[in-house]
Amino acid sequence: MAHGPASGIGRWLFTTNHKDIGTMYLWFSFAMFFVGGVFALVIRAELFEPGLQIIEPEFFNQMTTMHGLIMVFGAVMPAFVGLANWMIPIMIGAPDMALPRMNNWSFWILPFAFAILLSTLFMEGGAPNFGWTFYAPLSTTYAPPSVTYFIFAIHIMGASSIMGAINIIATILNMRAPGMTMMKMPLFVWTWLITAYLLIAVMPVLAGVVTMMLMDIHFGTSFFDAAGGGDPVLFQHVFWFFGHPEVYIMILPAFGIVSAIIPTFARKPLFGYSSMVYATASIAFLSFIVWAHHMFTVGIPLAGELFFMYATMLIAVPTGVKVFNWVTTMFRGSLSFETPMLFSVAFVILFTIGGFSGLMLAIAPADFQYHDTYFVVAHFHYVLVPGAIFSITAGVYYWLPKWCGKMYNETMGKTHFWMAFVGLNLTFFPMHFVGLAGMPRRIPDYSLQFADFNMIASCGAFLFGAAQVMFLFNVLRTIYSSRKATDEVWENPEGLEWTLASPAPYHSFSTPPEIR
Amino acid sequence: MLTRFFKTAKNFFITLSASAITLPVLAQETVTQRWGVNMPVGVTPVSREIHGLHMDIFWWCVGIGVVVFGVMFYTMIAHRKSRGAKAANFHESTALEILWTVIPFAILIFMAVPATSSLIKIYDTEEADIDIVITGYQWKWKYEYLGEEVSFFSNMSTPSEEIYNLKEKNPNYLLEVDEPLVIPTHKKVRFLITANDVIHAWWVPDLAVKKDAIPGFINESWTYVEEPGIYRGQCAELCGKDHGFMPIVVHAMAEDDYATWLQDKQAVAAKLKELTEKNFTFDELMAMGKEVYDTACAACHQVNGQGVPGAFPAIAGSVIATGGVDSHMDMVINGSRNNPAMQAFGEQLSEAQLAAVITFQRNSFGNNMGDSLQPIDVLNYKESD
Repeated sequence: MAHGPASGIGRWLFTTNHKDIGTMYLWFSFAMFFVGGVFALVIRAELFEPGLQIIEPEFFNQMTTMHGLIMVFGAVMPAFVGLANWMIPIMIGAPDMALPRMNNWSFWILPFAFAILLSTLFMEGGAPNFGWTFYAPLSTTYAPPSVTYFIFAIHIMGASSIMGAINIIATILNMRAPGMTMMKMPLFVWTWLITAYLLIAVMPVLAGVVTMMLMDIHFGTSFFDAAGGGDPVLFQHVFWFFGHPEVYIMILPAFGIVSAIIPTFARKPLFGYSSMVYATASIAFLSFIVWAHHMFTVGIPLAGELFFMYATMLIAVPTGVKVFNWVTTMFRGSLSFETPMLFSVAFVILFTIGGFSGLMLAIAPADFQYHDTYFVVAHFHYVLVPGAIFSITAGVYYWLPKWCGKMYNETMGKTHFWMAFVGLNLTFFPMHFVGLAGMPRRIPDYSLQFADFNMIASCGAFLFGAAQVMFLFNVLRTIYSSRKATDEVWENPEGLEWTLASPAPYHSFSTPPEIR
Repeated sequence: MLTRFFKTAKNFFITLSASAITLPVLAQETVTQRWGVNMPVGVTPVSREIHGLHMDIFWWCVGIGVVVFGVMFYTMIAHRKSRGAKAANFHESTALEILWTVIPFAILIFMAVPATSSLIKIYDTEEADIDIVITGYQWKWKYEYLGEEVSFFSNMSTPSEEIYNLKEKNPNYLLEVDEPLVIPTHKKVRFLITANDVIHAWWVPDLAVKKDAIPGFINESWTYVEEPGIYRGQCAELCGKDHGFMPIVVHAMAEDDYATWLQDKQAVAAKLKELTEKNFTFDELMAMGKEVYDTACAACHQVNGQGVPGAFPAIAGSVIATGGVDSHMDMVINGSRNNPAMQAFGEQLSEAQLAAVITFQRNSFGNNMGDSLQPIDVLNYKESD
């Protein structure tokens, strides 16, 4: 019954195979990562020194908007879905995803969504220019005509995410091999299960808010228009009710990845498995009751301000538990630092720094000074770049030998890591300083006292960009190399994926594996 | 570019080593100018309190970081496989999990108490001595002193030659305005903050006041400045094309000086009203019109009147500016019905300014209508409207 993939382009268009679809997701997100990265470099080039040199403010705003949208919806989220597609069926001993045709559909609508979004750059009036948070009325009454295309693209991305999430939940709940109880599942599976529930809960909220925008723009309603009796702040409440869980959607699967990698290279089981599961669930729950901490300056009442401050501070507790567990996993292990481990250790350190600035931002009175400055930009780039991007990179180096059956070049991998690590810190650490010293975010030009740190940040950004070109080169070189990987790849790694051959056969676990 | 970077890098290390040696007084002065790394302490009781909270939570984070990263780096050095480390096999401890849940929780409570009391203080906007309505416009601020008959707009005054690198940038580049907000020291000043078009945010770091300016809402905030001086800030909420170019300047002066300033301001306002009665020559109108155009119109329609294709229409050769004078007045006074980016300037500019800028637009950029308006024409139009 086992047969190989179809030949030609049809293999990719009509495939229902979780490995093919996972591969497509990963390549797609890699492409979007470069597109979003180029936008970031345009921003950093303009900010290299004070004055307007390369682009006009109007286009600068389009770049910040598109950079955010492409990175969130095009790079990070599809990369995690790609990893889920590849790894979850294998990790739980299932032959494929539960809903393979829907799987194909949820991938193939994505390129269309992003083609629509990117096409707005060539439209009259330009691409969306209101920031990735698209606050009304800047994004409704005052938006360029391309906003309608943006809304349609968001709807398609949302549909794709919801279908992906349904598929992941159905797979995890129904397709586990006999003996794979919930509390035996690898943490990557657990974190993705919780992430999928978050997606189903909040993507419809995002769809709702963009639909309200559509109504305001084209059908004469006034949801967000004060002149018609509407409420611009309502937009922010609805948006951040989606937006805050969304940032955990981009970090929970990352927790799962490093929880797989650190034990392998510490040669020691993960410390506090069950507390990790509970901590993830707590973070997911808290993510629903902290949204207004993005809105401390909109003038919510004192009681609301206090509630959201306390709830936000609470998130530090389960997040701390996770960090302490990773550190204790490493403690008295037998450590080695191959590329995936380097990225994972950097994840723990730099994500913790991002967590610290998050804790600072939670203090509402202090947030009055931090809000909408580069301090916030530094904060969320510290949680997303070393958080999401480094964990995805770690996951790619960790599982790439399993996917393509070839071993990557360790020296090249380490070079990539050190370039990315230095570039990232040069780019984002100075942003803390300029933010505290008073530089607002989303400005195309700045006053002279911010010049020096901005120049450093721009240099770091180009180094980070170069590191990612190196990443692409490493992946291609691995795929076309002749260095066969062993089936186990690493030293006694845990997990069903390592019981398969390298590369993993096109169909795996047609009969369920034994779970010890 | 590269040489500049190296120069910057060199300066960085010089400043760094200089600050290490003579940290307290001398170096700090120059360091904060170029290499400011921290939140300003500010000049109000609230700003000092916020700075204190910021430093407290920062040092807690540093402390926790030292412990966590200390353990991590110790283990990364001591427990390497290459040094022959054998892995232990422990993987669970309920006591530890409880410990590292309870300790952070306790630290959080310790931080939440002062944060709460500061927040309650900041939210107490009662019993102000002076009320000022702040309205955000794309891309300028309007300050209105309630009950004083004083109101004016505050525009960025940095010339575009500096922005486009045609001239040397002055030290207050992008942080300077034509008319600053003036407040007295040692008085509780309440700000009533709103917006006319999109959401803006009024932020002055030294006052530790940041509040969103939202159309349809009036947010309250307050300050109590203790030191006379000039304090600069910027709009902090993305509000469109020139978001980066709507600075805020607050001039805090002693009470006597403030009273004098207010009287002068009131006299100017009265004079401006008189101008409505006056007849201007064509050249006077054109000169005043150019001035008004550059502050009120040029941000969108550009200094050369060519606009931005696809976003902002040109004045040069436009149907409105070369058509009937009534429809031209309607557009400038009431704004566009189809495009909200074209604001209603009827309340923003005086009759004389409106007459001047309309005359200017009809007779510049190649437009050659030859007609002109007097303030009284504008007043009559407004009243018939």
